[in-house]
Amino acid sequence: MKEFVEGSHAIAQIVQTCQPGVISAYPITPQTHIVEDLAQMVSSGELKSQFVNVESEHSAASVVLGGSAAGVRVYTATSSQGLFYMQEVVFNIAGMRLPVVMTCANRAISAPINIWNDQQDSISLRDAGWIQIYAEDNQEAVDFHLLAYRLAEDKRVMLPVMVCMDGFILTHGMETVDIPEQEKVNKFLPAYKPLYKLDPAEPISMGLLADPDYYMETRFAIQETMKESIGYLSEISAEFKAVFGRDYKDMLVEEYQTKDAEKVIVAMGSVCGTIKEAVDEQRAKGKKVGLLRIISFRPFPYARIYEALKHVPRIAVLDKAVSLGAYAPIAVEMKAAFYGKKNSPKVISSFVAGLGGRDITLESVEEIFRRLTAKEVNSDFIDLKPELLKEEYGK
Amino acid sequence: MFGPLTVKPLESKGDKTGSWRTQVRPYYLHKDCIACKMCLLICPEGCVSGKEKNAFSVDYTFCKGCGVCADICPKKDIVMKPEEGEQK
Repeated sequence: MKEFVEGSHAIAQIVQTCQPGVISAYPITPQTHIVEDLAQMVSSGELKSQFVNVESEHSAASVVLGGSAAGVRVYTATSSQGLFYMQEVVFNIAGMRLPVVMTCANRAISAPINIWNDQQDSISLRDAGWIQIYAEDNQEAVDFHLLAYRLAEDKRVMLPVMVCMDGFILTHGMETVDIPEQEKVNKFLPAYKPLYKLDPAEPISMGLLADPDYYMETRFAIQETMKESIGYLSEISAEFKAVFGRDYKDMLVEEYQTKDAEKVIVAMGSVCGTIKEAVDEQRAKGKKVGLLRIISFRPFPYARIYEALKHVPRIAVLDKAVSLGAYAPIAVEMKAAFYGKKNSPKVISSFVAGLGGRDITLESVEEIFRRLTAKEVNSDFIDLKPELLKEEYGK
Repeated sequence: MFGPLTVKPLESKGDKTGSWRTQVRPYYLHKDCIACKMCLLICPEGCVSGKEKNAFSVDYTFCKGCGVCADICPKKDIVMKPEEGEQK
């Protein structure tokens, strides 16, 4: 049913239809509205689930780890510092192959403290063994939760999935969202049956010591499963289309005006809405520009991206995160995707924008197209305020 | 694809933890033993066996030489002795 609704509320509604048996979370801006709504639903009886109140994100992640290990569908959501506080458990969940689904309301990282949006939090946990998908708008954010549970619980996958949605821009943005009906959800997402579970009648141990004789194989298996998941994403996306009518193609990337483009911006998340508008404006002026939106950041679809962009002469990679002291995170992957290949763009320039919630406007996007010249640049910051910068400490 | 994920009870016997022992191993003197079973219960590897007085023994395939059995023995009937040159 279509509703004009806040992003967070839409997420709570879709999680309700997924009927997780255990929910645990600790409130943190801008994730709070999601779990507040879910707590309300559990309290009023609309959602039959155990909502475990905890004293920290480390405990919240541990509770959903335990719930999933005991064989039920689980849900948690967090953001920024909360995700970092969960980090240890985040790696454990993947290592134990537990199909946890988490919403990450993307937010900047301290210090200095900043509650606004960028994507540094989830990107910093890119190596954790979680599948990471990034939504552009709230309809996608809602739909991706269904896809996330299907993918995570697929017996060939059994990996946790992080659905990333830009904090405030999506979580607090009001949009018309078609929230799938319970019957359709039941058709698409059957009840969860675990591969293994903690059961006193049949005791097993999970996640315990693996000495040098065993550890490497657990990592290799996740790496292989990640690669295989690239195919499963499009498979599950096709099933999603058959039930709900919305088509996310291969769930890896979205190509927008890239076919004959001479300049393409590569980006991820809600900023792609702004970039599409900028692309339309430039196209109206006869400029051949386009956008490649990355949906799946882990697994990273190298081959798919190569095919999509191999004939584009100039690429601008827009990162809303940094790897301080190195190339920006998406830029690294993009350069790797083309290294040593026969056809590749002449220029892959990297731009950093929108950190800590600084608006990425149509002008910012135009500025990126302007700076995308024959001379390659790396981690070029957009919309910097030079007047705030000083050369000497303490002045 | 999956690697090793779960372990059933006793399956960890595959890990020959005795190979971790480097310096000392417990010796049961079999003089003052009262069969209190404290050594058997406290052993983190569960590698002590026995029922009768002065008849308890250690499976050195799994004993890591941690010494808690000798420490807890109320009769000081277990002593830790240096490994005699043998590398286990």
